[in-house]
Amino acid sequence: MAVLSGTAVEHRPAHPPKNRLRWTASEEASGLALISPTLLYAVALLFLPILIVVAYSFWTQDYLTIDRTFTLQNYKTALGEPIYQDLLMRSLVISLVVSVVTVTVSYPIAWFISFHGGVHKNLWLFLITVPCWTSYLLRVMSWKVILGYGGVMNTGLLSIGVIDKPLTSLLYNSNAVVITLVHSWAAFAILPIFVSLEKVDRSLIEAAHDLGDNKLMSFLRVTLPLSLPGVISAFLIVMIPTVGDYVTPKLVGGKDGVMIATAIQAQFGKGANWPLGAALSVTTMVIVSAMAGLVVLGLKLLVRMAK
Amino acid sequence: MHETPMITIEAVNKFYGIYKALDDVSLDIAAGEFFSLLGPSGCGKTTLLRSIAGFDTPSTGDIRIDGQSVIGTPPNRRPTNMVFQNYAIFPHLDVEENVAYGLKRLKLDANEERRRVGAALDQVRLGHLGKRRAHELSGGQRQRVALARALVMRPKVLLLDEPLSALDKKLREEMQVELRSLQKAVGITFILVTHDQYEALALSDRIAVMFGGRIAQVATPKEIYQRPTTRQIADFLGGMNFMKARITGETSTRLTVETPRFGGVTLDKPLGFTARNGTATVGIRPERLRVLWDDARAEFELAGKVVDRHYFGEITHLIVDVPGMEQPLSVSETNNFGADDIPVGDAVRLAYDPDALVALSD
Repeated sequence: MAVLSGTAVEHRPAHPPKNRLRWTASEEASGLALISPTLLYAVALLFLPILIVVAYSFWTQDYLTIDRTFTLQNYKTALGEPIYQDLLMRSLVISLVVSVVTVTVSYPIAWFISFHGGVHKNLWLFLITVPCWTSYLLRVMSWKVILGYGGVMNTGLLSIGVIDKPLTSLLYNSNAVVITLVHSWAAFAILPIFVSLEKVDRSLIEAAHDLGDNKLMSFLRVTLPLSLPGVISAFLIVMIPTVGDYVTPKLVGGKDGVMIATAIQAQFGKGANWPLGAALSVTTMVIVSAMAGLVVLGLKLLVRMAK
Repeated sequence: MHETPMITIEAVNKFYGIYKALDDVSLDIAAGEFFSLLGPSGCGKTTLLRSIAGFDTPSTGDIRIDGQSVIGTPPNRRPTNMVFQNYAIFPHLDVEENVAYGLKRLKLDANEERRRVGAALDQVRLGHLGKRRAHELSGGQRQRVALARALVMRPKVLLLDEPLSALDKKLREEMQVELRSLQKAVGITFILVTHDQYEALALSDRIAVMFGGRIAQVATPKEIYQRPTTRQIADFLGGMNFMKARITGETSTRLTVETPRFGGVTLDKPLGFTARNGTATVGIRPERLRVLWDDARAEFELAGKVVDRHYFGEITHLIVDVPGMEQPLSVSETNNFGADDIPVGDAVRLAYDPDALVALSD
């Protein structure tokens, strides 16, 4: 510093201004130093693979050799082939349905815990996380046991006489995928909604009652709009990962429940066409991001209209 | 009080488990009255207000508003509106939408709704801030939004839960004046909950002082201040010098006592008075004692020595030790004549009016 601003320093050498202190001693620097290991780790493990995937999507593969000349052919296939269009569409529809259903069933639970959990709020939250203690795979498998031909559901319905032969429509279709995913992700939707409900000042709800609203109206006009941030994050937390879910459709989806991740996996595996797999991945990512943005916008618009 | 009271509270009790939040409270509040519930925190004043609003339900007893029992009526169907302690301004709505919140349900036509919102905002001098959000408002402005939002509903009774406690002193005093003139202008019954004695004295037509879930005294501000019935009330509303006095005569309404230094006096007997070992507590307010300067004489005098002095700007508190009194007397003297210059240790003579003495229940 002294070398750089030579003349100025000569006038007041004894008292350099405080803000001219060395940057390395500043709070900003120590903050950056503290987060840098994590930051570097995250950047390395997030952006590098994505960059590689993006790069691959513009290349071509011939058996084991990669041709690194730039081409858009992979995207043409990914967006043009009916099979990939169908798979992508189905993935998006399934993830949308899953998010809507998950948020819809999670909201009342979160609301109940927040408003009527009393002193046992933590116990309730704890109980909700209990299913997450077992592996994801086991939870999906257990739905096979429930929905299968000789499963809990069928034997139960048989024994009470609702049906006279086991239903085959329960498992190995997109409904089974939706049911399983909703169950798997419910806890992740309940928590953000619960947090945003906790932040709603209870005296606002009293004020709404005081101004003439019944319980339903005060919920629609005060509680729901104020808990919207939680609803949006729950929606995104569920929607984004479910589009690319691989395990659930594989285990309970059957032929009807195949989603885009299965196709991507096939290209990286048996298909031996990494560039096409990469192009499919990138396409999915872009579309999911766009859809997430649209959903957020849509929900916000809905609330503005409800006012 | 000759017509039907606007609010009748009849033998109301409220239990939380074994804790008694309201203990046999009975009260009549007239239409158009500015009524205050005054007491320390935990005395039950907020519970009583919330019972009138419908947010709390009395365990026993009845509450009638304009002749109608409201027990079992939810808050949204009561002719009351409330100004909450933290104002409870809806953060997702702007000022106009906040004020219009309750009107929406009435399905007024758009022009009428706009007119009423505008009038309510003008009434609290917020006409120019209609598009602001709650977080863009100062404490005083939020307070006004809360007032406008409640008044626009034209309630029979406006309930105010410590509405001024979050404001700084200067703003609080301004809002007190405004609240009083607003109440005069709209003519609605106001019920104010406060722990601030000066606020209650300055605003109210009548005050109910509450301790431990019970109503200790209901009276006009002047009467409550000058003729408190118990030592607790006298102590809560400004300071008072207390002394033990020997009872020399007692009728059903009057009490004759022999005080240590204030001579023999006959005083009104307070409600619920019981003698203890033949003595009664007698009190006199610090400002009813006056310093006698130079050769000035008074019919009733006391002599003592200044042992301490507290300066409060416009007044000075002199602590005067009077021989024969158990406790030194606190004297509140305006600083017009130089009470703030009396040195500690000086002898002073004090004048008093025997009418200023009050007998108190313990």
